[in-house]
Amino acid sequence: MTLTVSELTIHHGAICAINNVSFTVPKGQLTAVIGANGAGKTTLLRTLSGLNKPTHGHATWNDHNLLHSKPETIVRHGVSHVSEGKAVIPELSVHENLELGAIWRKNKKEAAESKDRITSIFPRLGERLNQRADTLSGGERQMLAIGRALMSKPQLLLLDEPSLGLAPLVIEQIFQTIRDLTTSMGLTVVLVEQNAMGALKIADNGIVLNLGKVAVAGTAQSLMADPQVRAAYLGY
Amino acid sequence: MHKLKSSRNLGFFVVFGFILFLVGNRVDELRVYQGATIAVYVVAISSIILLTGYSGQVSLGHGALLAIGAYSAAVARDNFHAPVVLTFVIAVLAAAIGGALLGVAAARLSGPYLAGTTLALAIGLPSLANQFPIFGGEQGIFFDVGVPPASLGEDFTQYKWFFWIGALAALVSTWLVANILRSRYGRNWRAGRSNETAASLSGINVAGSKILAFTISAGIAGLAGALLSMTIGVVSPSAFPLALSFSLLTGAVLSGVSTLSGVMIGAVTLVAIPEIADVVATRLGVSETLTTNLPGLMVSSLLILTVLFVPNGPIEQHRTRHARKAAKEKN
Amino acid sequence: MFQFINTILIGITAGAIYSLMAISIVLVWRSTRVINFAQAGMALLSTYIGYEAMVHFNSFWIALPVAMIGGAAVSAFIELVFMRLLVKRSSTGPIAAVAPIIATLGLLGLIKGVISTVWGGADVRLVGPVTNVGYSIGDKTLAFSPLKLLTLVTVVVLMLLLTVLFQRSSIGLSLRASAYSPEIARLSGVKVDFIRTLGWSLAGTSGAVAGMFQTINGNGAFSPESIEFSLLLITGFIAAVIGGLESLVGAVVGGLVLGLVISFVLMYVSGSLFFIAPFVILLIVLIIKPQGIVGTKVARRA
Repeated sequence: MTLTVSELTIHHGAICAINNVSFTVPKGQLTAVIGANGAGKTTLLRTLSGLNKPTHGHATWNDHNLLHSKPETIVRHGVSHVSEGKAVIPELSVHENLELGAIWRKNKKEAAESKDRITSIFPRLGERLNQRADTLSGGERQMLAIGRALMSKPQLLLLDEPSLGLAPLVIEQIFQTIRDLTTSMGLTVVLVEQNAMGALKIADNGIVLNLGKVAVAGTAQSLMADPQVRAAYLGY
Repeated sequence: MHKLKSSRNLGFFVVFGFILFLVGNRVDELRVYQGATIAVYVVAISSIILLTGYSGQVSLGHGALLAIGAYSAAVARDNFHAPVVLTFVIAVLAAAIGGALLGVAAARLSGPYLAGTTLALAIGLPSLANQFPIFGGEQGIFFDVGVPPASLGEDFTQYKWFFWIGALAALVSTWLVANILRSRYGRNWRAGRSNETAASLSGINVAGSKILAFTISAGIAGLAGALLSMTIGVVSPSAFPLALSFSLLTGAVLSGVSTLSGVMIGAVTLVAIPEIADVVATRLGVSETLTTNLPGLMVSSLLILTVLFVPNGPIEQHRTRHARKAAKEKN
Repeated sequence: MFQFINTILIGITAGAIYSLMAISIVLVWRSTRVINFAQAGMALLSTYIGYEAMVHFNSFWIALPVAMIGGAAVSAFIELVFMRLLVKRSSTGPIAAVAPIIATLGLLGLIKGVISTVWGGADVRLVGPVTNVGYSIGDKTLAFSPLKLLTLVTVVVLMLLLTVLFQRSSIGLSLRASAYSPEIARLSGVKVDFIRTLGWSLAGTSGAVAGMFQTINGNGAFSPESIEFSLLLITGFIAAVIGGLESLVGAVVGGLVLGLVISFVLMYVSGSLFFIAPFVILLIVLIIKPQGIVGTKVARRA
């Protein structure tokens, strides 16, 4: 039950966004992928969830091949992706956004249970079930996006920059929630972040991407102690 | 430099005109008449290329603009006995005014909205002819450019006269369009087409430039309308059906909607289709209904196939393939 | 006064049919962001299919569902075979922005050509299941007949069914999510490609009903060259635009507004303005309230 990526290469037209990257993400752990703008973090996540097509390489989750599958198939194998920028549908209500996450689930009773659980994790969403998603604050939207992904009963959660555009206090709150979710729901999480410091603080492991290649990988603590990583990404 | 280039181009058009003149003397009457029709289509298609390919505005109703040109030329000729050259000028001006009005509305609209609006115009406008007696209702009115001048000799036929007028008009208008497209205006249109925001940030008046494109395109369409009714001899609502707008659009897409140099491809194909359809129908001995509908089916199929398989026209396709090949070799 | 009431009644019935056409335009727009100018052609083809069923079974109540299924099938086929290829092939170059418009126009021509070839350009002749003779009040006859009542009831029922489908079912949620954000829908497990085809078939069904009722409400004749057909071709689009293109309610409002205005113009201004009147309304709406009567924010430039 690990996410295994090996020799993955992805092109964006003529540009090589991810160049021969290999890593594994152990089950039940939170792995932060950090790196500068344009390091290929988003491309990596989008490829794992089926939105982008790779040039070559392998990526498996639970022996299921993630590459060359469609996003709608991948989500059925327990992989949920929260894409960049508060991925909710503003025209739909909070309730409908959550329902959408469970739309492929046959067992509607279980889905309803998931919803109760999510609204107890995010009580603010529970209070606003019938509002349109575009009436929510930035932080609430990010919670809704994560809530929607959780409705798909994921084992592996791919998060793309949940801190983007949020106030520092809200960011802290979101990061704490992500940490709690990982532990309480036994999730495996890949967290892509520009906010390297915040991400490494809550993560078990870290991967530093630079220009499409893995620069350093290790436990979050070792990365935070690494003088080079500190100088380049943590700023002290 | 620019001046030099345009005068060299003028030379090209003069030589091309001379070749047409020689050819016109050597083929039979039917071919001469078809030549005149090709000239009409060249003018009409170049106006669509200017509008759609360069300024990025789609018009499904060019037939309506042709109708404006044709009716105003015919009214000027029949009611005020205007000389032929003047009727063409009037056709251009009248259609350009119509185009400018439409362009003001069009500049506020994009893609599908503009397409639908022009489509509604193409269906609606010809029916206006029934509203005013001066347009002669369904019967229409005559448009007679007169017999060829006697100085051209006795065996100079009427069709050849049409061909001369048509070819000259086509050469002049194509030369003009080519130069407009190469000018500052052409550049502004292309800039606005590919990115409106960027263009307006670089100081281009996008709306104004779109209206200008519509006006010029409409003027040229008006000329095409007058030429078309010259070859038919009558201007009536049935000469400007929706099918005409379809055909012209097909011609433009076949030519490559952004490549003026391909304009002959579309024009010749449009004229050839009925003939090819006829040959096919006779050879295969198909039913009578299929025979009548074959040209229409061929035009629509060609339009669809071109959009699917050569979307930017044969010339652009060739260029892209060439560029890609060159890039590969460079690697 | 009596004439005034009749004008309203005529306008509402005609408007109800335009609404159906507008709904099919909106459904296709929402599922694939394409204005389908071939929609009226597809409606016409479905009507011919219904006509064939009418010939065989001699019952309007069999012909109508046959036409609806035919419309759905034709529409799904076009989306599957044609539109998907189009999106793949002409998404670059100067043509990209106009390719879908030109392509659906080509389809319209092709469908008209096929119909003229198969049915020889003959009119579809359909007789409604109930009489089109108006109800009378005293010695006056209303421009409202059992047939017109049936038309209205059918349109209302279809509208309600579609609304329930969209607002209350998970298929409806998939349809809306795919329209607003295909990527998020996909990540949530919605099979967006299938949903798009479904959106097209619903549009085809709605168009088929419009075609059938347009035929029985007119003089019973409908062909590629008929005025009824040209009218359906532009009124569907115009009604959809008046309604703001995004909502089904808007499409119905747009259809009714258009139906009423045309009816009043024909009655009180001039009887031969039936093509110019819709065009003028369209221009007025686009210039004064470009987001449509029902639409709220998104401008016409997207």
